[in-house]
Amino acid sequence: MNVLDFARAFFGDGAHWHGYDGIPTRFAEHIGYCLEALAIAAAIGLPVGLLTGHTGRGGNALAFLATAGRALPSFGLLVLMFIWIGLGLLPVMIPLVVLAVPPILVTTYEAVRSVDPSPVDAARGMGMPETRVLFQVEVPVALPLILSGLRTAAVQIVSTATIAAYVSLGGLGRYIIDGLYQKDYEKVVGGATLVAGLALVTLAVFWAVSRLAVSPGVRRGGRG
Amino acid sequence: MIRIDAVTKRYPDGTVAVDRLSLEIPDRAITVLVGPSGCGKTTTLRMINRMVEPTEGSILLDGQDIRQQPVNTLRRSMGYVIQNAGLFPHRTILDNIATVPRLLGRSRRQARDRAAELMERVGLDTALAKRYPYQLSGGQQQRVGVARALAADPPVLLMDEPFSAVDPVVRKQLQDELLRIQEELGKTIVFVTHDIDEAIKLGTRVAVLRTGGRLAQYAPPAELLSAPADAFVEDFLGADRGIRRLSFFPSADLELQTAPLVRADADAGTLAARATAVPYLLVTDPDGRPLGWSEPGRLTAGAVDREQLLDYGRPFVPGTDSLRAALDGAVLSPTGWAVAVDGEGRAVGVVSQQVIGEAIRAAHGRVAERAGEAAGR
Ligand SMILES: Nc1ncnc2c1ncn2[C@@H]1O[C@H](COP(=O)(O)OP(=O)(O)OP(=O)(O)O)[C@@H](O)[C@H]1O
Ligand SMILES: [Mg+2]
Repeated sequence: MNVLDFARAFFGDGAHWHGYDGIPTRFAEHIGYCLEALAIAAAIGLPVGLLTGHTGRGGNALAFLATAGRALPSFGLLVLMFIWIGLGLLPVMIPLVVLAVPPILVTTYEAVRSVDPSPVDAARGMGMPETRVLFQVEVPVALPLILSGLRTAAVQIVSTATIAAYVSLGGLGRYIIDGLYQKDYEKVVGGATLVAGLALVTLAVFWAVSRLAVSPGVRRGGRG
Repeated sequence: MIRIDAVTKRYPDGTVAVDRLSLEIPDRAITVLVGPSGCGKTTTLRMINRMVEPTEGSILLDGQDIRQQPVNTLRRSMGYVIQNAGLFPHRTILDNIATVPRLLGRSRRQARDRAAELMERVGLDTALAKRYPYQLSGGQQQRVGVARALAADPPVLLMDEPFSAVDPVVRKQLQDELLRIQEELGKTIVFVTHDIDEAIKLGTRVAVLRTGGRLAQYAPPAELLSAPADAFVEDFLGADRGIRRLSFFPSADLELQTAPLVRADADAGTLAARATAVPYLLVTDPDGRPLGWSEPGRLTAGAVDREQLLDYGRPFVPGTDSLRAALDGAVLSPTGWAVAVDGEGRAVGVVSQQVIGEAIRAAHGRVAERAGEAAGR
């Protein structure tokens, strides 16, 4: 039996489509974890990235933090948090957020830094207050890059959120972990396929968002 | 009036960009700051809208220190145009121009109506309104930059090398356009350039700065050309300042000769009569537009071969053009005579290099006389 057959068997089994261990439930749980982690990471990464990018200060500290954050293994962090905090959502959220903040933070910082200085100078010279300079000039111009940072973070969260299953939570990771434990390879392949599919959906969502949110004046060139 | 009063700018790294500069910038005129790269022109300009704060000294706008009003209020009362236009890439042309009216609290409708009006004023096709900056040529972008600076109708316009990134043909168009707009609007313009020709063309008064941010000379362009303050200014003006100075002498008083004008369809009698008077005849078409020079003997009535005619150089329009254009026409013409035409391009006479030379001497004489009177008073 090859992978395709496993997948076909998994998705073909009607029992997998309802109940508390059904695909819709696990899918919803997974998306729930991802959205929460992404929201927290964005709430940390975006303001800090925008502020440091706008003022141009703190770039070195950022680079250090980002490297440190990237070097931490998510699974190791999960185990550590589990030992420390116990079961629950928090020990899952912490490694996911730690994973997602660096790409958001660093890309946002770089994106704002790399905005052409002359429109920014013109904006100030016309008497635009600093907050408007940031939100009406720098952010719209940097938006393709900022979105690409969020997208990277989102995709990483989607695949890493499978670890939630290790601490007895749900999500698509359940299939993979239970499947491995039960030597039920249909389940493993099915779970992995669903995670990959969700990652693709995430990419599609970001593509759609950038079509809607990015001005045609900065979209050309295909950044982000 | 903007008064720059003993202003010094020392940057944190110790560079003295402007050194005890004092300037009085008159209302409703174009004041040009010119000088070599790094002499502090941009710094001076940016101190006027407080993009840079002076280390010492003060700047007064209509008698009031510019630090007495909120910085953004000050800036909104001064249009600001920079070298590469600095348009907002994410906004349409119309919305770029509408920026300052929107900052001042106008409704979107009002601001856009005003923006459309300005597009026409600066010579932009309103069909471009919905485009984004990247879809415009450099010259068009620069026009948008000027329109955006004018949108809130500020009394003051600050321009930092606005035309230096476009090719010479477009630059000339933009300069002419600025002069036209200035004639209509009468703004107080401070214009920075490193191009002395641009300074002389646009400036009502020109301030020449030397490296280190010190004022070398502040004078109307004609005076700059006739009496440079020192070797630095003279050097900066370039080799042919004598010729360039002629731009400020009118050609209206030149005595034109009409005897050499002859129409291509003239009969033999007319040709013979003209031939005795002058060494060359200027042949014109039946409407009076010049065709070219010919020696009288080579012309046969009713059969003028246009191919045989000599080029007549570049005609000038007496009254509109300067003595410089007249002299240029005479030098370019192989006969040494410049051709004068009216607004429609019809020949109204010719003038020799000698006559132009006398007019130049007379004009110099008048200037010296006036200078003497001024000194005697
Ligand atoms: N932010 C700054 N920090 C330190 N030195 C500066 C700064 N801005 C300008 N300078 C220095 O001040 C001097 C004047 O600069 P400024 O930009 O005013 O010259 P400029 O006349 O506009 O030159 P250019 O024709 O090249 O634009 C230069 O020596 C420049 O290196
Ligand atoms: Mg400069």
